[in-house]
Amino acid sequence: MELLAFGDTGWGDELFRATVMTIAVSITAMLIGFSFAAIFTPLKLSKFKSLNLIANIYTTVIRGVPELLVIYLFFFGGSGAIMFVASMFGYNEYIEINAFVTGSFAIGIISGAYSTEIFRGAIQSIDKGQFEAAKVLGFSKFKQFYKIIIPQMLRLAIPNLSNVWQITLKDTSLISVTGLVEIMRQSYIAAGSTRDPLFFYSFAAVLYLLLTFISMKLINKLEVKYSRGY
Amino acid sequence: MDFELMINSFPKLLNAAVVTLKLLSVSLIVGLFIGLLFAILRLNKNIFINKFAYGYSYVFRGTPLLVQIFIIYFGLGQIESLRSSFLWVILKEPYWCAIIAFALNTGAYTSEILRSAFQTIKPGIIEAGKSLGISNKIIFYKVQIPIAIRQSLPAYGNEIILMLKGTSLASTVTLMDLTGVAKYIISTTFKPIEVFIVAGGIYLFMTFIIHNLIKFLEKKYSY
Repeated sequence: MELLAFGDTGWGDELFRATVMTIAVSITAMLIGFSFAAIFTPLKLSKFKSLNLIANIYTTVIRGVPELLVIYLFFFGGSGAIMFVASMFGYNEYIEINAFVTGSFAIGIISGAYSTEIFRGAIQSIDKGQFEAAKVLGFSKFKQFYKIIIPQMLRLAIPNLSNVWQITLKDTSLISVTGLVEIMRQSYIAAGSTRDPLFFYSFAAVLYLLLTFISMKLINKLEVKYSRGY
Repeated sequence: MDFELMINSFPKLLNAAVVTLKLLSVSLIVGLFIGLLFAILRLNKNIFINKFAYGYSYVFRGTPLLVQIFIIYFGLGQIESLRSSFLWVILKEPYWCAIIAFALNTGAYTSEILRSAFQTIKPGIIEAGKSLGISNKIIFYKVQIPIAIRQSLPAYGNEIILMLKGTSLASTVTLMDLTGVAKYIISTTFKPIEVFIVAGGIYLFMTFIIHNLIKFLEKKYSY
């Protein structure tokens, strides 16, 4: 227990900060994933074959390639790509992006592929009549989408999105290879300096279990909220 | 684009893919037995056995695979009695540690898949077997298990693909699997995109094969 003390003598405060970091990366990655899904879901549902193809390549490649490989691509290639874009605008200094940004982008792109599939499925399973009714009532396209389609889609999507959240939360452990100090990295550091890996990795497992447990409880509440009227 | 590097690294990555496939197949076979065992335990009426099996699958599904590998590879070596026992021969090898972690992980997911498959079997089928005077044991082996396997094929196919991606974590415990070699080439040449395309292509090819194999089996065993 002394190992977990807060302050200079133990690893309590470090592990607490690391847990906050894990939550922060997960939420950022999830939001980045949603933005990707917002771009690629319409492409998937589009009438144009070429747009479908682009979205299909995105989801198939990302879901078929290990997360770790994607992270390595971003870790080693991220600053190079940014520098390449910057050089087109005439900026030639060295740019380093921090581990938080690289990590959340890598995980975000992965979770975006899963979210895209879920949003597509949810929108497709909304009754056709809903779209037609909205049209008949003279709603604008924008209002149709935000007031009628999205609320119904969320009800169908939330149970599956909770799975994506769990996957994203667990995937953040892989960012530790880039040196970002989240739960896994902090446990690695603590295990190295105390020579007690069994304790610290088991404690990390407990922290992850706690996070998945609490988030499941919260998501269940959301699910109830969006199923009102059913 | 450095095409020369892509062509040169292809055979190396292909060799590493063999390691990945070995890890995948051994852990899937062991994991299938673990999964079947725990699925049967989950269906047991004894509440302690039931809760134990539930706890196993909850813990292994609720924590990252990376933590599980690290506990087994770095953590277990700390226990004195383990180090002096015969198990140490296995546990000091990163290869076996990775396989134990993968097998326990996929076992947890497989047990959930099989459990839900067992539960969707219509009671009428079992009753029909009973009324024909077939013993419970034979009903279980000849009726319930084949139906459960057919039911769980699509979900199990997904699990195989998730596990294929999971084996990439073996590279964190010094194993040179496909991801491990890809990372090595990236860090020595600093050409991440080229290596990603080749290694990712090999992974995609393997996913494609697994996907179609499962589809074929589904068709073959459909009724």
